[in-house]
Amino acid sequence: MKKTMLLVSAVCMLATAPFAAASTPEEDMQAFRQYFKDRYPNTPFDDFQNGVYSIDASRRIEWESMEEFPPYEIGLEIGQQAFEKPFANGKTYASCFRNGGINIRQHYPYFDAATGQIKTLEGEINECRVKNGEKALKFGSGELAAVSAYMASTSNGSRINVVIPNDPRALEWYDRGKQHYYAKRGQLNMSCADCHYHYAGYNVRADLLHPALGDLSHFPVYRKKWEARGNGPLAGFGTSHRRFNGCNKQVRAKGYGAQSDEYKALEYFLTFMSNGIPINAPGVRQ
Amino acid sequence: MRKLDRLLAAASVATLLGALNMIAAPSAVAQDAALVAEGKKIAFNRRKGNCLACHMMGDGDLPGNIGPPLIAMQARFPDKAALRAQIYDPRTKNPRTIMPPFGPHAIISDSDIDKITEYVWTL
Ligand code: HEC
Ligand code: HEC
Repeated sequence: MKKTMLLVSAVCMLATAPFAAASTPEEDMQAFRQYFKDRYPNTPFDDFQNGVYSIDASRRIEWESMEEFPPYEIGLEIGQQAFEKPFANGKTYASCFRNGGINIRQHYPYFDAATGQIKTLEGEINECRVKNGEKALKFGSGELAAVSAYMASTSNGSRINVVIPNDPRALEWYDRGKQHYYAKRGQLNMSCADCHYHYAGYNVRADLLHPALGDLSHFPVYRKKWEARGNGPLAGFGTSHRRFNGCNKQVRAKGYGAQSDEYKALEYFLTFMSNGIPINAPGVRQ
Repeated sequence: MRKLDRLLAAASVATLLGALNMIAAPSAVAQDAALVAEGKKIAFNRRKGNCLACHMMGDGDLPGNIGPPLIAMQARFPDKAALRAQIYDPRTKNPRTIMPPFGPHAIISDSDIDKITEYVWTL
């Protein structure tokens, strides 16, 4: 009996196509949000900022005890110092961003009408360095992720507010990201949506799949697995693109580079889906 | 009930075979057991079947729960070929399934899929 019910519910989940054809981004976002609200009626909307911990009580207890002595604390301080330290020319990062770079994470990524490009926070951190005669940092991890994590942390509590202007080029970026999210890929033939939308809350082996609502609210993250593999207080930091790459490879698909157009599009789509969720960075993850 | 019928049928075939050739029956059984054991190994191997990622099956540790528990398989798949087809390419039944197309994507070889089928059919 239970078996049949499992099967029936699996079939139902797959039958509800995520979005009707030709929906607007706004409609997509409302539907995305509603799906998770219905699925997790006991999770307050804001709490989706906590990824898998928003839906699992026992993991949450472990995580909260980890947060009592945050493993990212030293790294975050290093990120802040790097953010505040003047470049060789005497200027700082603050000169490149509105509001001096404080409390702006919630507006990223955004569509830049002048260039037709998607601008990410990490991309602009490096643009700022180059503009001021400094070498660009390696994307995805290390110092760049630490500076980004510090900047994101000054937005904690501010709600994600990504804008998709009514410009065909912006919509094209959005559609590219949406396409990436729902397309089956890799030798294992799975989509991001398979794991984090349709089967959110289920277990792959012992891993519980987090709900996609709230993705990006807590990035860059500080991940214990990355910490263990690297050296020093910055080893645990990683950007969303680092994680996308890992999830692509997990299904034996081609991974794209950090700050590739493909991942910028994906970040644009996915962050827009989480509009309204408060920033809570950096998140600690296993 | 059906299982009992099959057992009885198998038993009578074995008796018949035994009557014809005293050696054939026991060695065939041993061969089947070896196939089942191999199939189990491939099914549990993370680089191959990794079925435990999604299914409770046999005595496998820490199974996932994305797919239904693989139990009473002969009742659900009286036809072994249908079971093999489901493992070979689950998209035939559900085009949007999350279960990987093990055969068409060459994740597991055809002969390994045969072995997995033998094992799963015992569950
Ligand atoms: C085979 C299943 C699977 C697929 C397919 C998959 N992921 Fe994941 N992903 C996981 C697991 C397992 C984790 C770790 C547990 C969790 O937070 O869900 C994870 C974690 C993540 C995280 C970190 C969440 C957090 O709170 O720190 C993000 C973001 C993510 N995945 C995005 C994606 C994207 C985007 C794609 C497609 C490019 C994708 N995933 C495809 C299994 C998958
Ligand atoms: C990523 C998840 C996943 C993996 C890995 C996976 N399956 Fe499945 N399996 C499913 C799902 C989900 C279903 C339910 C039907 C559907 O959605 O297609 C299913 C259905 C089945 C069924 C049909 C059960 C029934 O009662 O109808 C069999 C048999 C099966 N799987 C065997 C296997 C075997 C053997 C392996 C490994 C070689 C495997 N599966 C790997 C997810 C998976």
